Amino acid sequence: MSDEEPAEPGTVAQMSGVSLGYGKTIALDDVTLAFPAGRLIGLVGPDGVGKSSLLALLAGARALQKGSIEVLGGDIASARHRRAVCPRIAYMPQGLGKNLYPSLSVEENIAFFSRLFGQGPQERRRRIDHLTRSTGLFPFKDRSAGKLSGGMKQKLGLCCALIHDPDLLILDEPTTGVDPLSRRQFWALIDVIRRERPGMSVLVATAYMEEAARFDWLVAMDAGKVLATGSATELQAKTGTTSLEAAFVAFLPEAKREGYSPVVTTPFEPRDGGPPAIEADGLTMRFGDFTAVDHVSLKIERGEIFGFLGSNGCGKTTTMKMLTGLLPASEGEARLFGRRVDPKDLMIRRRVGYMSQGFSLYGELTVRQNLSLHANLFHIPEGELEARVDEMIARFDLADSADAYPEALPLGRRQRLSLAVALIHRPEMLILDEPTSGVDPVARDGFWRILIDLARKDGVTIFISTHFMNEAERCDRVSLMHAGRVLVTADQRTLPASRGVATLEEAFIGYLEAASGEAGGAPESLLDDQADRLRVAAKSDASADPSAFERLSGPEEARPLIEGHSFPEKRPKPRAFDFRRMRSYARREALELRRDPVRLTMALIGCALLMFVMGYGINLDVQNLTFAVLDRDQTTVSRDYTLNIAGSDYFDEKPPLESYRELDRRMRAGEIGLALEIPPGFARDIARGKDVAVAAWIDGAMPSRAETISGYVQGMHLNWLARKARESGQPDALAGPAEIEIRYRYNPDVKSLVAMVPAIIPMLLMMIPSMLAALSVVREKELGSIVNFYVTPTTRLEFLIGKQLPYVAIATFSFVLLAVLAVFFFAVPLKGSFTTLLVAAIVYGAAATAMGLLISSFMKSQIAAIFGTAILTLLPAQSFSGMIDPVSSLEGFGRVVGEMYPTTYFLTITRGVFSKALGFGDLAGQFLPLILAVPVLLGLSAAFLKKQER
Amino acid sequence: MSASLANIFHLGIKELRSLWRDPVLLIFVLYAFSLAIYSTATSIPGTLNRAPISIVDHDRSQLSTRIRAAFYPPFFIEPVLIDESEMDRRLDEGHDTFALVIPPDFQKDVLAGHRPSVQLNVDATRISQAFAGSGYVQSIVSGEVAAFARRYRAAEALPVDLALRARFNPALDQSWFGAVVEVINNVTMFAIILTGAALIREREHGTIEHLLVMPLTPFEIMASKIWSMGLVVLVACAFSILLVVRELLSVSIGGSIPLFIFGTMLHLFAASSMGIFLATLARTMPQLGLLIILVLLPLQMLSGGMTPMESMPEAVRILMFAAPTTHFVSLGQAILFRGAGIGEVWPQLVAITIIGAVLFAAALMRFRASIGAMA
Repeated sequence: MSDEEPAEPGTVAQMSGVSLGYGKTIALDDVTLAFPAGRLIGLVGPDGVGKSSLLALLAGARALQKGSIEVLGGDIASARHRRAVCPRIAYMPQGLGKNLYPSLSVEENIAFFSRLFGQGPQERRRRIDHLTRSTGLFPFKDRSAGKLSGGMKQKLGLCCALIHDPDLLILDEPTTGVDPLSRRQFWALIDVIRRERPGMSVLVATAYMEEAARFDWLVAMDAGKVLATGSATELQAKTGTTSLEAAFVAFLPEAKREGYSPVVTTPFEPRDGGPPAIEADGLTMRFGDFTAVDHVSLKIERGEIFGFLGSNGCGKTTTMKMLTGLLPASEGEARLFGRRVDPKDLMIRRRVGYMSQGFSLYGELTVRQNLSLHANLFHIPEGELEARVDEMIARFDLADSADAYPEALPLGRRQRLSLAVALIHRPEMLILDEPTSGVDPVARDGFWRILIDLARKDGVTIFISTHFMNEAERCDRVSLMHAGRVLVTADQRTLPASRGVATLEEAFIGYLEAASGEAGGAPESLLDDQADRLRVAAKSDASADPSAFERLSGPEEARPLIEGHSFPEKRPKPRAFDFRRMRSYARREALELRRDPVRLTMALIGCALLMFVMGYGINLDVQNLTFAVLDRDQTTVSRDYTLNIAGSDYFDEKPPLESYRELDRRMRAGEIGLALEIPPGFARDIARGKDVAVAAWIDGAMPSRAETISGYVQGMHLNWLARKARESGQPDALAGPAEIEIRYRYNPDVKSLVAMVPAIIPMLLMMIPSMLAALSVVREKELGSIVNFYVTPTTRLEFLIGKQLPYVAIATFSFVLLAVLAVFFFAVPLKGSFTTLLVAAIVYGAAATAMGLLISSFMKSQIAAIFGTAILTLLPAQSFSGMIDPVSSLEGFGRVVGEMYPTTYFLTITRGVFSKALGFGDLAGQFLPLILAVPVLLGLSAAFLKKQER
Repeated sequence: MSASLANIFHLGIKELRSLWRDPVLLIFVLYAFSLAIYSTATSIPGTLNRAPISIVDHDRSQLSTRIRAAFYPPFFIEPVLIDESEMDRRLDEGHDTFALVIPPDFQKDVLAGHRPSVQLNVDATRISQAFAGSGYVQSIVSGEVAAFARRYRAAEALPVDLALRARFNPALDQSWFGAVVEVINNVTMFAIILTGAALIREREHGTIEHLLVMPLTPFEIMASKIWSMGLVVLVACAFSILLVVRELLSVSIGGSIPLFIFGTMLHLFAASSMGIFLATLARTMPQLGLLIILVLLPLQMLSGGMTPMESMPEAVRILMFAAPTTHFVSLGQAILFRGAGIGEVWPQLVAITIIGAVLFAAALMRFRASIGAMA
């Protein structure tokens, strides 16, 4: 294979000089490669060597930084070519079900993709039925994707990828974490597909060397570079090795191979004395009506290395958690060193070290800090602590990274740190949950050497789960778990022979098949009926049994998986705006929202709840103000003055004051907001016409309340004077030279609720719908399903409007709820036309959600989207849109924002309709800018939305 | 016992280290207790700020011109002279808050002692401007008219004077109040966010599992988060009160700051327990974010910090009596503004302690129950 050759008919893709970096990390380093067409091509190498980046680039999901790539006869960097070929490419990203929607059912997931590729309802029905039957998912069509086992998730991913008959199928680690049977079935499915569509090229990344051995052509990668290409036999021949794994290690640069030697195991010799390290008896765990672990019994001797195998989600982790006391068992009993496991028993935990799945130490602490934290928590005496930490650092070869943060370390080293932490208190037993997944073969072997050393020299019992077969071969005994049950526990050396097969993997597959057959009540008849697919389907509906169908998809069943030989030729030309695709996004968004209780609550009652809160929170009507009087006069006149105030609705009289000291104390305690002092001789001095002054002390701690009190007191004081003047026959004594008639328009009683509620509505309808819309996009970015938007023909506008529509509906619903609350709960009169208001609210809802979409272009995490949207929408809505001060009062920046912000116009409309009895005609000038805001905001969002990952 | 305390101590130190490594959150805390307090306090506008007013002048006399000239910024914008026919439309569209109509022959009638009427139309949907502003307009107009008329008629003094004095904040300076309320709000907000996020972070990174297999109890895990995150907020709050509020904004603080800090400590215990509780309800950081918004806004707006408790309906007041923030706000106001001592604020201290204990117990129960689902 020559590197510099141009794309020839025989290649499906060609890369030259491709480099890719994320910040400082280099993912791909000047890669030049040509991929032959029509083959099953494997990319092999451990995690983090650039396999995923390479596949994402080929699929067009990630933007090219340097170099050039041709895929299916065109430049993948060109948006036009991507649009043209994306219906011919299918991409399944890494991670179990990463591009699936966990709250959607199997059927809904496939239907979503089907709609994106413009398939009509009949075609869709036929294809979904066909794909689900062929993969054995048919009986689970209504189960949500999140509840599928790992193997089933991958099959569903495959269904979604195959819905549109691709010519190039790109699979990124499709079988990682899947049990051996499902894995075998998966590859059988791929074989069937390839037989059906011989022209199709399949590109697969994998970390399993055993699996890669059967591919047509391989690319071995390490550290962003291609080590070698060729078939498995060619690679082995080149290095003179007998296995692909050994060949891979041989290709690694000298530095990495240093100190590498094959792992040597020594047989286990049981020690005598003492109860077994682990004993499980009928251990069962139920979550609701789902049994995760079903009567598991195990017995593990001290010093034994016990391997625990099974697929993701089969109950391995749950069993381990029950053994460690993390989860209380629903039934059965576990004993560690003869002592019953009790979550409250902290002593037993000191004898056990646990390493959970995935790296789970504190990334914010250095290696040394992590070790000393754990040492402290296990109460290692202060004097020994330092020495112990140093010992661990030395033993696990962490000296050069002792003060580094774990994030900066390679995975293999992080795993060593995890192990060091698990061993810091010198436990007698280690429970390790998939400690080596994603670690490269050299590091993995190093890790195993430590484990074997621990077991044999220190007599530590090791209970380890793994899905690597060659790791299982290093254990003393193994257990195979499937669907919550342990199928077999045996010595791994004698197991294959006892089953009459050559390898451990084949032995396990045999057990898995037997278990599936038994569990399904031996539906042999189904198998006989292969020819008649319809009958199979009919029966499977009735039997609804998973295992029967998992069997059906075995290698023997050569059922066509892709039916449409005629489809590729008449692929519809991608349209600029396709309503079907838009609706598909809208439908999916609505379904997901409906199934997320927290977001749904926020969407449905968030606005109403906040309106209720703000209605009272911003209420300026003050009542029941407390006051007390220090009456030093004690005459009828002074009492009349007090009564004048006490008689009003606003004030509530407290027991009278006796002294200044009391006045001081009660006001400090917040008991009274106003104190009046009537001087001695008050009545006498008034009668004589002498100057008298009543003293009023107001609690100024809360200035707005103090101002209100002061206004009320002054008003009542004047009132009293006017009454006195009238009584004494001088009604004009207080009159000025002119009168001022105040007409409070629209809200004659000057009630603050009547004024505030119509102003709160626009603010809430801006904040919450925009937050939800922003979340809907950022959520996909964070969870990874946005990749479906990158690699399907969906256009930016279809995506945005599709996402927006459900939230416009939510906003409209919220508006109606708010209006009802305003009229019936807060008793705000609705004077104008409701239709006008409703139309305005719908347009405003569209503008608010478009604002959220625009904000989402700048946000990466959901939490940032939540607080960012709140801050970015609240400030202009509260301060610049005329809620408190009219826009005409504003200056500078605030004025400019206020003139453009949609809330300004909707606020005028809500106030106009609610309080001023206006209709369409009067408010036409406000509608125009409001309507205009929608396409402008959407256009901006589309311009900022990226159709590829960068 | 001492082993348990040591665990709580070491775990708490770990929390502090984690926070130290999260620059975004740290900057946010720092900002919220310094710049945010300062800018909120200094930017609170007066109730009347550049209120838009238009005048329909039918008189066009010396007096009406004087009245027109009496409206100017910052309280009002320069008045717009309009026709009576335009007035309604301008009010409808929200251009003006006030429209003053001066009748024909106004000056003549004033001088003749006929006591003519000036009509002031107020857009009462703009409640704060309308309420405060109409008083201003009234006094400006009558002041001008009186000054004009004084040449001809003497003014009569009111027989009884009312001597109004505001205590604790004599000038009724809004910024004093705004600054302290902001500090109080931030204390609650960060106590909830920091502890809630500390728990969710452990769950998202899978480290909670790790803690649970060690010889630690849920109580220790929870207590360590409460003391460490509470301490951060406490320090930030003390810094804010001493430096930003007292020194920079020169708010005169009436009472004992140590007493306030003690009250804050009790409140932090309650609020951070609430944070833990919310974090056990949420499964992810975004869910926690939404929950916090739904809980925090009501707590802040209905605790008496925004508007006085007196203006709330009975039911809301009773409900809010169970919220620690209500008592904390009243405690803060009493100590910081009114100089109240322990003799006056002990009921609030007791209430916060009881509520805190209940919240802590509820959070611990939830935390224990949800551990299975977390790990």
